[in-house]
Amino acid sequence: MSEIIRTDVVIIGAGPVGLFAVFELGLYDLKCHLIDILDRPGGQCAELYPEKPIYDIPAWPEISGQALVDRLMEQIKPFSPQFHLNRMVTKLERQADGSFRVETDEGEIFETKVVVIAAGGGSFQPKRPPVPGIEAYEGTSVFYSVRRMEAFRDQDVMIVGGGDSALDWALNLQPVVRTLTLVHRRAEFRAAPDSVKKMFELVDSGGIRFELGQVTGLKGENGSLAGVTLKSSDGEKELPATRMLPFFGLTMKLGPVADWGLNLHENLIPVDTEKFETSEPGIFAIGDINWYPGKLKLILSGFHEAALMTQAAKRIVNPGERIVFQYTTSSTSLQKKLGVQ
Amino acid sequence: MTKITFVSFDGTTRTEVDAENGSTVMENAIRNAVPGIDAECGGACACATCHVYVDEEWTEAVGDPAPMEEDMLDFAYDVRPTSRLSCQIKVKDELDGLVVHVPERQS
Repeated sequence: MSEIIRTDVVIIGAGPVGLFAVFELGLYDLKCHLIDILDRPGGQCAELYPEKPIYDIPAWPEISGQALVDRLMEQIKPFSPQFHLNRMVTKLERQADGSFRVETDEGEIFETKVVVIAAGGGSFQPKRPPVPGIEAYEGTSVFYSVRRMEAFRDQDVMIVGGGDSALDWALNLQPVVRTLTLVHRRAEFRAAPDSVKKMFELVDSGGIRFELGQVTGLKGENGSLAGVTLKSSDGEKELPATRMLPFFGLTMKLGPVADWGLNLHENLIPVDTEKFETSEPGIFAIGDINWYPGKLKLILSGFHEAALMTQAAKRIVNPGERIVFQYTTSSTSLQKKLGVQ
Repeated sequence: MTKITFVSFDGTTRTEVDAENGSTVMENAIRNAVPGIDAECGGACACATCHVYVDEEWTEAVGDPAPMEEDMLDFAYDVRPTSRLSCQIKVKDELDGLVVHVPERQS
């Protein structure tokens, strides 16, 4: 049984809006824990377009996705937010005293007075290749990540894809598997040159079989994979495989948010425009995941929503306390919180 | 104005749109609510969910994908020699009458 983490606010999603919420909440002395499915903060900015410029952040004529994330991380540093990465929130329940219990797929348990859903387009999850009947093999023969290498020992493993994940796992698993086949639709790879070089050396020495093409069918029964149909420019052929690892990047899925009993509107969470609160008091939704009349999915709108949400969150965490609105420019108490000398 | 036609994967629906030069084929699909173009990332060449097949007649005029786009196409499904990401095709006079086919699914 893991120890329960008690906090003022749990923020689900560590994208730009979740990060800025830490700042606004921090000015009001609210402590935050952030949970994100990715392995680093930044959400879509870090995952989809780290190097692409954004042109509509006020006062930044041009800033890259990663630079924006880096700046936000710097800005919220005084508030020491706690990050829980590589985790998905699986459960969100209200307790008898009105606070919330939040659980992750890694078994962590949080007790919090306020929940802020800043989950953007949902959680990033591996893309499922459109191979007919693939669902029947998922979790038994088809995996989208490697949690334990032992599960692949002495198997005929097929890795599909041409990125770093595909190459890294081809190299790491090769010594433990029975056979390893790497399938990619072209001979160029979008991976570290060193990995590509090592992979081709293993192909030359017979350690890895490389096939050009795309997987179109699976053979086997009861979730137990036996072979794969591969389509290439010279037709179709069958290849043996007992385990398959497709690495086709990530897509965004709403995920467990749909199971938390909140009202939804076309996979978005309706909120009011005073507090950005959902149909459940104490659960707020800000950024791309919320919906209200006139909603625009802009980072700057999410920042505004974070500021207004904070006022309501403060009233829940410290009921009855007088809220004094202050400016960071002139308030010495805010400046103290920010560590201004 | 340049005409672009989007053909649904089963060939039954053709959507003809007037596109402005300099805009991308993806933007025109989204503006005109062409089914089957998701464009999750909003045109940053970062997601491969605006995948189209350029009609054989037009592949030469449209040209080949740049290396970055080719990398991103690895994440698309049923990639063919005529595959392109529609956010990376800029509309111009030479493409008047362009026909692109929408794949059965994006992800």
